[in-house]
Order: sequence, then C-alpha cells, then structure tokens
Amino acid sequence: MESPAIAIAAKALNKVFNPASPAAVTALQNIHLEVAAGEFVSLVGPSGCGKSTLLRLIADLLPPSSGELRINTKSPQQARHEREYGMVFQAATLYQWRSISKNVQLPLELMGYNKTERQQRAQSMLEMVELGNFANHYPWQLSGGMQQRVSIARALAFDPAILLMDEPFGALDEFTRERMNLELLRIWRQTGKTILFVTHSIAEAVFLSQRIAVMSPRPGRITDILPIPLPYPRDFNTRNDPAFHALVAQVRGLLRDAIDAEFPA
Amino acid sequence: MTRQTITSYLPTVAVAVAVLLLWELLVLLLDIQQFLLPKPSSIFAEFNAQLQLWLAPDERSILFESGGATLWEALGGFFIGCGGGIGIALITSRWTSVSEATMPFAIAANSVPIIAFAPIMNNWFGITNPASKMAIVAIIVFFPTMINTVRGLTLVDASELALMRSYAASEGQILRKLRIPNALPYIFSALRVASALSLIGAVVAEFFGGPRATLGVYITQEASAFDFAKAWTAIILASIIGISFYLAVLLLERRIMPWHVSLRG
Repeated sequence: MESPAIAIAAKALNKVFNPASPAAVTALQNIHLEVAAGEFVSLVGPSGCGKSTLLRLIADLLPPSSGELRINTKSPQQARHEREYGMVFQAATLYQWRSISKNVQLPLELMGYNKTERQQRAQSMLEMVELGNFANHYPWQLSGGMQQRVSIARALAFDPAILLMDEPFGALDEFTRERMNLELLRIWRQTGKTILFVTHSIAEAVFLSQRIAVMSPRPGRITDILPIPLPYPRDFNTRNDPAFHALVAQVRGLLRDAIDAEFPA
Repeated sequence: MTRQTITSYLPTVAVAVAVLLLWELLVLLLDIQQFLLPKPSSIFAEFNAQLQLWLAPDERSILFESGGATLWEALGGFFIGCGGGIGIALITSRWTSVSEATMPFAIAANSVPIIAFAPIMNNWFGITNPASKMAIVAIIVFFPTMINTVRGLTLVDASELALMRSYAASEGQILRKLRIPNALPYIFSALRVASALSLIGAVVAEFFGGPRATLGVYITQEASAFDFAKAWTAIILASIIGISFYLAVLLLERRIMPWHVSLRG
C-alpha cells in the first residue's frame, strides 16, 4: 500500500458539547493540525484542555461540531471502518475473560482473519513487546506495565498505519513509564507507524516526540507546535542531555503562558 | 483434594458434628418428646431405612420418589424461568430503551411474594400436574435472572466499549465478544440464587397441594400424622438436593469462567 504523505489533517476543527443548552462547553476551538505519515507527535496540556477529545474525534468515537478532519485522506468514519488506526487507552482495557494471546487476537477475530494467522500474528506481536512467554496467561496475572504492552501489541496486531495513544502510561510508576517510553520508541522505529500520543507529562512528550502540540484549556486549542530536534535513537542518557532539559523548560514555559492567559494574576 | 483443602474444611465439619451431638444430648437430657424434636440418630436411622429401600431392586421408597419428583419440578421450573429470563434480557438489551422501560417492572415483580400464586397455578395446571409447580418456580427465578442478565449486558466498561467501536465492530460482535462475556458473572450469580430458590419454590408450592410422592406433601402429611422423624428425613433430602443443585451450578461456573476474580487462587 502506498502511504499518503499526510496521515492526519485537521482544519478549523471545533467540538462543542451540549451546543443547544446554556451549559454548552467548547471543548475544542479552531484546531489545525497536520501529522505526516510516520511521524511521532504528542499532544500536551493540562487536564480539560481537550487533548483526549481531539484523539476521540480523530478515532471517530465522537463527531466533530464543525471543521474538516481527514485520516489518510479518508473521513474519520471511513478510516475507522477501514481500520486505519489502532487505539491504546489509559487503562489497558484487556478483556479479563480472554488469555493474553486471545486479547491480542480480538481485533483479528473481528476482522475475519483465520485461526492460524491470528495465532501467528498474536505471537509475533507479543514477542515484539517481549511478552512471548505470556501468551496463555490471563490479564490479572500481569503487572500494569505488562498489561499496557499487551494493549500496544493488540493495537498493532492488524497492522494499522496509525497508532492513537491516550495517556497510555499515565497510570504507571516513573521507572516503568521510562522503560515503556524506550520500548515504544523501539517499536515506532521498527514499524514506522504514525503515532499521535496524548500525555500530560512534559518530559515524556519531549523524550518521545518529533513535534509537540501544546494545548490550553477552556476553550481547548492548540497554542503552539514545537519541533523537538533531539536525535534518535534516544535512550536513558537523553534525559540527562542539557538540550533535553532546555526543551522541557521551553514546553513548560509555553504551557504556563497558556494557563496564565486563563488565570490572570 | 490436597491435604491443605481438607484441613481448611475441618472447622466446618467440627461445627456440624458438635451441633448434632448437642442436639442429640439436649433431646436426651431434657427428655424432649419425639413429636416435638426427634433425635438426629432416629432421623438418620429412618433416612437410612428409606435409602436401603430405594437401593433394593424390588422395593420402593416413597421418600426418594418424592425427592425425584420435587427435583424434576425444581429443574423444570429452573430451566424455563432462567432460560426465559436470559432470553428476554438478551432480546430487550438489543434495544436499550425497551430494557430500561421494563426494568422497573421486573424489579417490582421481583419483590412480589410469587409463592402466593401457588393455589392459582394449581387451578390453572391441575394440582397433581408438575407443571403447576414448575410454573411457580419459573416465575420465581425468572425476575432475578432477567434483572441480573440485563445489568451484565448493559454495565459494560466505557473504554471496553470504545475499544470495540474503534475496531468498527458490529452490534452482533459487540454482543458476542463483549456484552455476553461481561454478563456471565452476573448471570451465574443469578443462577446460584435461582438454584436455591427453585427447590424452595417447589417444596413450598407443594405445601398448597400436589401428588403424594413429592417432598412438600410428604412433609405436611408426616407432620400432621406426628411422624416427625419421617418429616425430618424429607427436610434432609430436600437440603441434600438443594445443596447438590447449588454445587452443580458452582461447578459449571468454574468450568465456564475460570478467569473470574472470585476464583483466583
């Protein structure tokens, strides 16, 4: 398949909840965002800034109020039906009645893959996230970090072009989170997926991304888009690099500007 | 069975033996009349005599025939009522508005003393027809089963549902791969309650009249003839059948959902 140059394109995108009522909330206002195929972009912002809502619009789990949205040149609905993206949630959302392998096979079952292929793909995905020996375990037997790796394997199992990740490591402890960041970068470089990553951790966004979209709340909007010129591969030492710290400080400054504008002193 | 599980049952067995010994001693020491409270030893002697009759090829045991007839009524009512409850829940959950409209009625009906309809069922189906008891049992178990099944089908985790939508799963796939497995623990907890209720319902319905060879009739007849040891044997048999039925459901539950939280070792 020939992959289009722009994976995700949002133009003048708005989302208003309860538009008819006096309690109308403008969750997203005039969002412009382009993500190139194969790019790693993070959405950073305080809670309530609409970053998860934006991800849900892209995933066609919520309809936009106005504006244009294209996923690999398709409408969000068409993209969802043609399985253009895989989604990873904050909770691993593994089905507790399925073994690890069966959880990874879930999207493949829905998409009509035959049994042999399902099992082979699930096994190779689990090996990619280094859980090859856990195929027959059940979710409750795995730690939080391992469960989240399974959910990444599941999102990749049907080889979607795009990975949408909604604070996937938010519930993990610092050490596990840093390991997962390395793991995710390795998977990204290995698979060449387009990744749109939502987080409220500035350091995580800087460590992972090629570009960061800084968002601010009420109404949710993108205030800045910042390139992160740190070279790949990035590793544990990247976090000690003065350039890394300078970028973290810069993003923090941009976020503070956005929040100060909302709560003037 | 391991040594450890045997040891873990020891206190329970000890309590049972102690209670029976105390009972026997109290009846002897306080010189309680046989028709008020028979000794456990005379109840067991009578039970054993009936058991020998039942096991002998040319003899008949009215007690065990009664047990069989009552079990048949309870089982019939259990399958009709639970099957109906699960079936109606599956059908109505397809249309959320329908199941939401019927739930208040189901919950109200669940608190009606349905056993009060027993004389009416006797008129409808005939007092000696097992169908009259099955009908009562079926109505008793129908409502809790239906309510629990609807809950299990509808109380689905929002992210687990969003995951299905992200795969563009059809409603049928969501039902089969998410709603029904999610409902299984709810259904089994209803079935466990229903297994006990169905035997209680059958025996109590028989108190309002039924064929000679049923446990309810056996108990009322022997009690009015002051043959309390015989009445007690019927109570014991009813308990044995009730507990076995409950254990059978429990065993099925463990076979069908070994993954469930309550069964984790």
